[in-house]
Amino acid sequence: MTSTRCAACKYLRRRCASDCIFSPHFPSNNPQKFASVHRIYGASNIGKMLQQLPVHLRAKAADSLYYEAQRRIQDPVYGCVGIISRLHQEINTAKSELAKAQAEIAFFNAHAQAQGQPQFNLEAAAPSFNTFLPEQGSSAGHSSFGPSTWFY
Amino acid sequence: MGGSSPCASCKLLRRRCAKDCIFAPYFPPDDPFKFANVHKVFGASNVSKMLQELPVQQRADAVSSLVYEANARVRDPVYGCVGAISYLQNQVSELQMQLAVAQTEILCIQMQQEPTLPTQIEPDEKSLLLSTENLNNLPQYLAFPSSSNVIQDPLKRESLWT
Repeated sequence: MTSTRCAACKYLRRRCASDCIFSPHFPSNNPQKFASVHRIYGASNIGKMLQQLPVHLRAKAADSLYYEAQRRIQDPVYGCVGIISRLHQEINTAKSELAKAQAEIAFFNAHAQAQGQPQFNLEAAAPSFNTFLPEQGSSAGHSSFGPSTWFY
Repeated sequence: MGGSSPCASCKLLRRRCAKDCIFAPYFPPDDPFKFANVHKVFGASNVSKMLQELPVQQRADAVSSLVYEANARVRDPVYGCVGAISYLQNQVSELQMQLAVAQTEILCIQMQQEPTLPTQIEPDEKSLLLSTENLNNLPQYLAFPSSSNVIQDPLKRESLWT
């Protein structure tokens, strides 16, 4: 007789009710997911957080809680905050590199103008410059996501 | 009757604040909301376990990051901090794109100006390309929908790290 308990009820060693709040989001084939969130948040807090959300948002919440729990287990001091901080640093570095590059372009163009030469226009010179661009991951602004785009 | 007042944790939990209370150094009584959100999201017992597993010198930073995450989760119960990570990741991607365009322009200008010479990459441009490469190799942490709540760099917030 196969068990139909979800990962949460298996972990908590209890009967898995038909309306178990955990079962849609913590399937029995991924015990690590519940183990991680339980370790960081506790089953009771997870249950409360999910209950306070509309049903259609619970899956996303469960997944984001799992992500945060994983990061906290990997980095017990900073967790997700370490990633946020690193991203801020990378943004600052990229902005400064970009400002430097743009200043160089402005210098070239000013120099060209002073010498009576036409200013450089990338689009006119290389209409297919898109081939130089790195592959884009998610688009700017709101990114679409789904199971295939998860990164762990 | 002497003695200091209980820490914010023990006040909320309605218990005696022991001299060696693990929460007391980080949750002073004058800031009750700090512990309230942490307790709501993580639970006092889990926070206590987490702190006990860390060396004393790392606990203040751990508390600060837990407070940050708890506040983010209270503000955004669906995505928490993860929404901010996605937003920042998108920003990095956009900047990478803009930087690549700018670098391409510089190379084209150089080639245009000195067509007879092999393209020489100046050390500065090389470092630009290397930095782009580093940015390209930046792991795509995730692809959640971006949060509209722009979260500031937590390490710069004086209230967290002083």
